Formats: sequence, structure tokens, C-alpha cells
Amino acid sequence: MSSQEQQQTGRTATMSDAMVEAIASEMRADEEVFYMGEDVADYGGIFDSTTGLLDEFGRDRVMDVPISETAYLGAAVGAAQAGMRPIAELMFVDFFGVAMDQIYNQMAKNTYMSGASVSVPMVLTTAVGGTYNDAAQHSQTLYGTFAHLPGMKVVVPSTAYDAKGLMHNAIRDDDPVVYMFHKRLMGIGWMPAPDGPKTPVPEEEYTIPFGKADVKREGDDVTVVTLGLHVHRALEAAETLAHEGIDAEVIDLRTLKPLDRETVLESVRKTGSLVVVDEDYQSYGVTGEIISSVAESDLDALEAVERVAVPDVPIPYSRPMEDAVIPGAEDVAEAVRSVGE
Amino acid sequence: MYEDMVTARLYEERLQEEYMEGKRPGFDISAGEVPGELHLAAGQEAAAVGVCHHLRDDDTVTAPHRPHHVAIAKGVDLKRMTAEIFGRETGLCHGKGGHMHLFDPDVNFACSGIIAQGCPPAVGAGMAAKKRNTDSVAVAYLGEGAIDQGGFLESLNMASVHDLPVVFVIEDNDWAISMPKERVTSPQDGSARADGFDMHGVRVDSDDARAVYEAGAEAVGRARDGNGPTVLEVQVHRRMGHFMGDPETYRPEEDQERAAERDSIERLAADMREFGIDDEELEEIRDRAAERVDEAVTWAKQQPLPEPEAAHDHVFTNPPSGVTDEEPEFSDAGAAAGGDD
Ligand SMILES: Cc1ncc(C[n+]2csc(CCOP(=O)(O)OP(=O)(O)O)c2C)c(N)n1
Repeated sequence: MSSQEQQQTGRTATMSDAMVEAIASEMRADEEVFYMGEDVADYGGIFDSTTGLLDEFGRDRVMDVPISETAYLGAAVGAAQAGMRPIAELMFVDFFGVAMDQIYNQMAKNTYMSGASVSVPMVLTTAVGGTYNDAAQHSQTLYGTFAHLPGMKVVVPSTAYDAKGLMHNAIRDDDPVVYMFHKRLMGIGWMPAPDGPKTPVPEEEYTIPFGKADVKREGDDVTVVTLGLHVHRALEAAETLAHEGIDAEVIDLRTLKPLDRETVLESVRKTGSLVVVDEDYQSYGVTGEIISSVAESDLDALEAVERVAVPDVPIPYSRPMEDAVIPGAEDVAEAVRSVGE
Repeated sequence: MYEDMVTARLYEERLQEEYMEGKRPGFDISAGEVPGELHLAAGQEAAAVGVCHHLRDDDTVTAPHRPHHVAIAKGVDLKRMTAEIFGRETGLCHGKGGHMHLFDPDVNFACSGIIAQGCPPAVGAGMAAKKRNTDSVAVAYLGEGAIDQGGFLESLNMASVHDLPVVFVIEDNDWAISMPKERVTSPQDGSARADGFDMHGVRVDSDDARAVYEAGAEAVGRARDGNGPTVLEVQVHRRMGHFMGDPETYRPEEDQERAAERDSIERLAADMREFGIDDEELEEIRDRAAERVDEAVTWAKQQPLPEPEAAHDHVFTNPPSGVTDEEPEFSDAGAAAGGDD
């Protein structure tokens, strides 16, 4: 659906509502789909990721689990290998450490190691991101960690419209999909979201193919590539820059695995300048990957490059320091100005 | 003991007020002087003082995400702890850690916000004490929701097989956020976990600080005398929500009422009256505690916020070249010599 068609649907939804709508519709259509995680039943997910599902589907299909990430994420792998389609939620991505073996040695590698005689059709949903002063164990974004390890698809929606379409796809996909939603975009009562993620969302089902980036704003001067919360910060920066006569194109990657290198390259061929913005740590991450893929394919297209990411420090607690390390709209604008010079 | 319990309670009440400053109307977790999550422990004081009052400064305590009462009982510097919670430069962790990650090496106190992950470091502290032939002990605090976590169970085995001076204190407040223990844990008696690891297990089934004190004396004494580890479970009641802003819709009214009725502080006060301590004396203790809390909060709020650039300090104790604590100074001589000052 094009963005013009999106506009016509009228009804808007928060990103969490849109996600839940897709999950509910897949659960209605297929008995084999179920959801497990901590506080997903009565609480409805700490970040509203499962609001209302318990009422409709009951405890057998919306399961609160012990605080045992190794056991329940591994159980999702087992159930998926047995042919079910589990969705398992890791409350904060920062907690992956206690269960990383189940994620990257089992979930991600069993298809390959079995020579594809086994598949793992599960979705791992998880909340990412800072911007609310929760310090280093509850504020990480970790896009790069998951996209770096082979064997799992990685999805990062930035709007309600994308969240729904990508979730339908994720549940139907025969491979493990990591679906990373930014807390700040969900529309939770206690954590105000910017206006951007609340978009028109059609009532009916639709899918958004993996590996197709979205040009969220067209522009001729500089290409800004980003994802998640920072799509909105980049759009805000682009508005500011427009007043200064700089026309920025903003590309939302939407999925990191597979990665739509083509759309990025095409845009850079048009603008000549590239700014990559990421809320994850800078080294060995998304920014380096995007820049190197453009450089590899068409070094000549690239006149200027900047990256804006979290410097290689854990996310600090205190506000002035957190503000300093998580890129804001002004940091993005600054980087765009500097490549435009 | 009573004084520490009252201090902890008044401290939590004061923090609750301070936390709400700037967050209303329409509760916003990221607003105000103390943003981020805040987990309060009112109702759990007996478990903290009953054990920590047998500890010396050279004994180690690791606390989880709900740490203030334990920190107070262990003798953590209240002013600097408060400054940390307010994100100030002079806080225990220079504003890097915040309320879930308090480190006070002067009294060997540390925290982690990742469930049960304070247990392995406590085992390590016990191991160090044993290797060095000292009689110091280590105490790991955790909630009843954490006893299903691998990090806890693996730690029990390590502590038992090496006969280490470690006490695992489970604060059983019946709830892991919205999940009641009967739905996620089997068997529910945390102290019974000890049986499977061939170690001592004991449960204090009431909010009775004196009973905890006796059980704590035995467990800490056993560890100090070289007679191995203990699991000590204490029934407590969480008077507040899991975290500030928790709507608690999952929690039945009776449960909240029971928490209010079974108050360990009132119970201890009643006992003290029976022993002939009059209300005037109790009131004096309360006043002293209130003054201490007020002093700490007033001092903390006068402290400066960290500079944004301070976010880059402290990633390493010994920063590798290329990663420096300071902005590099390019004096002519240094630049000519090609680098290091
Ligand atoms: C590994 C891990 N998983 C999940 C969480 C999220 N979490 C924080 S507190 C909590 C509940 C803990 O319950 P309990 O151990 O009983 O302690 P209480 O909060 O009741 O004091 C959960 C699930 C976490 N911090 N770490």
C-alpha cells in the first residue's frame, strides 16, 4: 500500500494497538500461534505489547512464564521445531544475555545445522531503546548485535502501519524473526510517544515484505538512513533543515535482515551524501554496515558521509549524560549540515 | 534495627513524593528530577535489617532492582546514594548507575537490575574470602520471582559444592510484577530449593523482624564459621506497585489489604512496647530517622548534575589508547611527536 492509500484509511492506531491487532488476527486464523512472556497475560505486556489478548484467547494461548528466559525462549524454539508458531517476548532486549545460547545457538542456527531439515518458525519480540533515564541495563538498542548473527531475520518498525504489516509477515515467516519495537514509539500511557508513529492503519490484514526500506521523506540533497525511533528524529531534523534550504531524504530501513541496500544506494546516487543514524552503539554496527555497503557498490556515488550513533559507552543514567549519548534531532541536523558543506 | 527499618520506610515514602514531582498530570516516566523506573520496597524492611545487622563492612551484599532498604541496612552512604538516585555528579556512581545500580565499595555493596544476576558475583565474593582465609561472608538478595532463574540455581550448586560462605536471601512478596508465584513457580517454597543442592534452607513465614534476625544470625554465623551456604527465605509484603506508575490492575484488593495489615515495622514496634520501650522513645527514633532522610534528600538536591561530556568517562579503569577519559589536547609538541602525552 502506498502512503497515499495509507492516508485514505482514516482510522489511526498506536504502534502497540497495530502490533496486537496483527497478533490477534494471526491467532484467530491459526490455532498453532501462541504468545508467551513475562507479564503478558494479566498485565497485557509492560509495553502494551499484548493488551487484551488474554481476554480473547485465554491462558493456554497467552501465557505468563517464569522469569526463566533460557527455558521459555528455548521452549519456543522447541515448539516451533515441532511445527507450532510461537511468539515469545523478551521484556527488554537488554535481558538477552541470560538466554543468549537459546537465541543465537539454537533459534538462529538449527535450520542451518540441520541442513534445513528443521525449521524454526517463531517470533521473538522485544523492547528496545532509551530516552527515559533507565540506565545501562534497561536502555540498550542492540540492533547490531542481532543483525550481526546469522540465521534470524530482524525487523524494526517505526510506525503503526509498518508495525502491523511487518508483524503479519513475521508470524507467517518460516524462519525465526526478531521483532524489535522501540518503547518510545508504542503509545504507552506512561511514556509519551512523538506524533509520528501513530498512523492510519487499515482494519484488514496486509503484509509488508521484509527487505524493503521505505522512503519516509523524499529529498534531493542528502540521504539520511535510519530506523526505529530515529526515523522520527530524522524527520524532525529534515523539517528544520528544509527551512534552511537543505532537502533531506529520509529512509527507514524497516528490516535489518534482510537489508535493502538497493534503496539506500539509489538514494545516494541521487543526493551524493549519506548520513546514517542509529540508536545503537557505533562500532561494528548499523552505521558501518550501511556505509560500507554503499562504498563497496559505488564508491563514486559517495561525496560525503557522516554517522550519528551512540558513542561506545553504556547508556548513562543521569539525564544530561543520556541526552549527550543518544542522538537527538539536532545532532542529526548538524550531521546533515556538515555533509552538505 | 528498628531505626534502620523506619529510616528505610520514611526514605521510600519521601522518594515516592520526590519521584512524582514534575511527572503529573498524566504520569510521564521520563519527566521530573528522578526519571526512569523506581522500585520501592516499603513492606520488605524486615528481610533487609534481619540479615544485614549481622554483617560487617567487609562482608559483601549484592542487591537486585529493589535495593534501597537493603542498602540502608548494609550501611551504604545515604547522602551519596540519594544523590545517585537524583542523577547527581557526587552520587555513588557519579550519575552513571541510578537507583537499580548502586555501588558502594566502602561497605561492599552492589546491585544489578537483571534478575538473579547478583547471585554469581556473591558466590565470587565468597570464593575470594575462602581463598584468602578471611571470615567475611557474602549475601545475595533476590525476589521469589528470581528463584527460577538459571543464575540463581547455578549459584546454589557452586556455593554448595565449594562450601562457600554465602547466604541467599529470598524476599518473597508473592508477586513478580503481575505474576503471582502459584502461576509461575513450582515448588513455591524457595527455601526448599536448598534441599536439591544439599545445603541448609530455612523459611521465615511472617513479617517478623525478630524471627528474621534469629534466622539471619544462624545463616550468617554458619557462613562465617566455614560451615557453608544457606538459603533463607522471608515472607514480606510489597505495599506499593511493582514500580512507580504500576497501575496494579492485576492485584486483588485483599492482597493490598493484607500487605497493609501485616506490617513488620508496626509489629516490631508492638514488640518493643511489650519490652517496656515507651511511645516517646519510639517517636524519638522516628524523628531521628526522618531527620536523616531529610538531610540526605536536601543535600542530594543541592548537588550539581554531571556535565554531558562526563558520559565518556569510566568506561574503563585503564582506558586503552585511543579511548581517553579526557578530550585530547593537541599541544604542538604532542602533535609533532605523533601522539600520547
Ligand atoms: C533477566 C530478567 N528478566 C526480566 C526482568 C524484568 N523484571 C524486573 S523485576 C521483575 C520481577 C521480579 O520479581 P521478584 O524477583 O519476585 O522481585 P520483586 O520485584 O517482587 O521484588 C521482572 C520480571 C529482569 N530485570 N531481568
